[in-house]
Amino acid sequence: MSHHIVELKDVYFKYPDGTETLKGISFKITHGESVGVVGANGAGKSTLLLQINGYLMPSSGSVVIGDLKLDRRSRKEIRKKVGVVFQNPDDQLFMPTVFDDVAFGPLNLGLTCEKVRERVEEALKTVGCIELKDKPPHHLSSGQKSAVAIASIIAMQPDILVMDEPASSLDPKSRRYLINILKNFRHTKIIASHDLDLILDVCERCMVIREGTIAADGPADKILSDRDLLETNNLELPLSLQKIL
Amino acid sequence: MPTFDKEYFNLGYLDALSYKDTFVHRLDPGIKVIATFLFVLTVVSFPKYELSGLLPFFFFPVLFVSSGDIPAKFILKKILLVSPFALFVGIFNPFLDRDIMYSFYGINISAGWISFLSIFIKYVLTISAALLLIATTSFPGVCYGLQKLGLPEIFVSQLLFLYRYIFVLAEETMKIVRARDMRSFGRTGKGLKTFINLISVLFIRTVEKSERIYRAMLSRGFDGKIRSAKKYSISGVDIIFILTTLALLYLFRKYDIAWQLGNLAKKII
Repeated sequence: MSHHIVELKDVYFKYPDGTETLKGISFKITHGESVGVVGANGAGKSTLLLQINGYLMPSSGSVVIGDLKLDRRSRKEIRKKVGVVFQNPDDQLFMPTVFDDVAFGPLNLGLTCEKVRERVEEALKTVGCIELKDKPPHHLSSGQKSAVAIASIIAMQPDILVMDEPASSLDPKSRRYLINILKNFRHTKIIASHDLDLILDVCERCMVIREGTIAADGPADKILSDRDLLETNNLELPLSLQKIL
Repeated sequence: MPTFDKEYFNLGYLDALSYKDTFVHRLDPGIKVIATFLFVLTVVSFPKYELSGLLPFFFFPVLFVSSGDIPAKFILKKILLVSPFALFVGIFNPFLDRDIMYSFYGINISAGWISFLSIFIKYVLTISAALLLIATTSFPGVCYGLQKLGLPEIFVSQLLFLYRYIFVLAEETMKIVRARDMRSFGRTGKGLKTFINLISVLFIRTVEKSERIYRAMLSRGFDGKIRSAKKYSISGVDIIFILTTLALLYLFRKYDIAWQLGNLAKKII
């Protein structure tokens, strides 16, 4: 399929208290693309991600996911297509056991118990956590929690995977493991992070957000090696590039 | 404040116990909830001067402790912890109810003391039953059992959330308390005013957290109903367990076994 799967046109967003967080964002993402979203604290990354999921509605402009235009009625359908992994896995894992949690989404999709079981096992195997199935989330380590949070989303088999700071609480080994998992996904991915090395590893395209607008959009290796651009956005060169450039 | 840390780990300990794998742990949670419920009802149904008739009921807690591999000391401590409550309920009985009921070799025992003791025994039995249910059944299992007994779904999901987030909240509190202690030297900084601030911060964080959780639920298609794919199946062992329990409860309620054993012993002597 060649049509665009995520399309934002001139999106503005204002919070009820009056702060305008997004000021005219437009971009298109095609099938299978993986896109990194970077920017300073408070630049509007998280707000942007919540628009794609339909949790927040743009004040003006339009969001189109697949062939659905985001409005109050299409929100539910859109949430089936867009899976969001939130920053804090404790927010994401709200059911009493790992199994119940991963099964939560598929059950809401109306699948049969048999099918749900299959999906849960498949998803947990993908992230290497099948043996944690019956544990309660508060017995897991942070790395395990993040992995299970990702499993809970991929069990729904969304078209688009959206992640907010996926590696922020992980130790280097777990982080590396997560990067390998992400590389193997053929989903369309949108990842917001300050971990520029992760973006460089996983994404082929990168967007820089500055004060609610897109400051740059292009191939990740090009954007992430542009020292001036990064430094004006409170970022710095990825560690892996610092010695070379 | 070391006590807070300690309480937190205590909570975790009770929870950890419930994930053991013994005969008692494997029983169907619904059956266990029903059995506990019946047990409590039967114990409470005894008249207020009953003593000997209650004693055989200790069979159940003892059975659960021994076959469930639960440290008895831990349970006893928990019972003692709540016991002032029961003491206050019954403490005035000996003063109000002064009719003499028994007299042993010149020592008169008033009906008040008997009913006080009876209340206390009932309390120990019911609390230990509840504690042992929690210690031998995972909390989600208990919720499932309650649902089976007809508890509305909304309460069940509230309980499930309570279980999931009490640990998160306790940890958060522990961190705040530690941060306060680290910067309050001696007495200053531990007053009521700081405490109020601390509680309000915690409250606001909780509200924010609940919003984030709700967001995560929505993004996975939450529509007001929490479904479960888990199948609990009642096995033959469960049936035998509940039938035996019923039979014993009936037997203990109908016949005063301890009294009769005593009489038998007297005759032999």
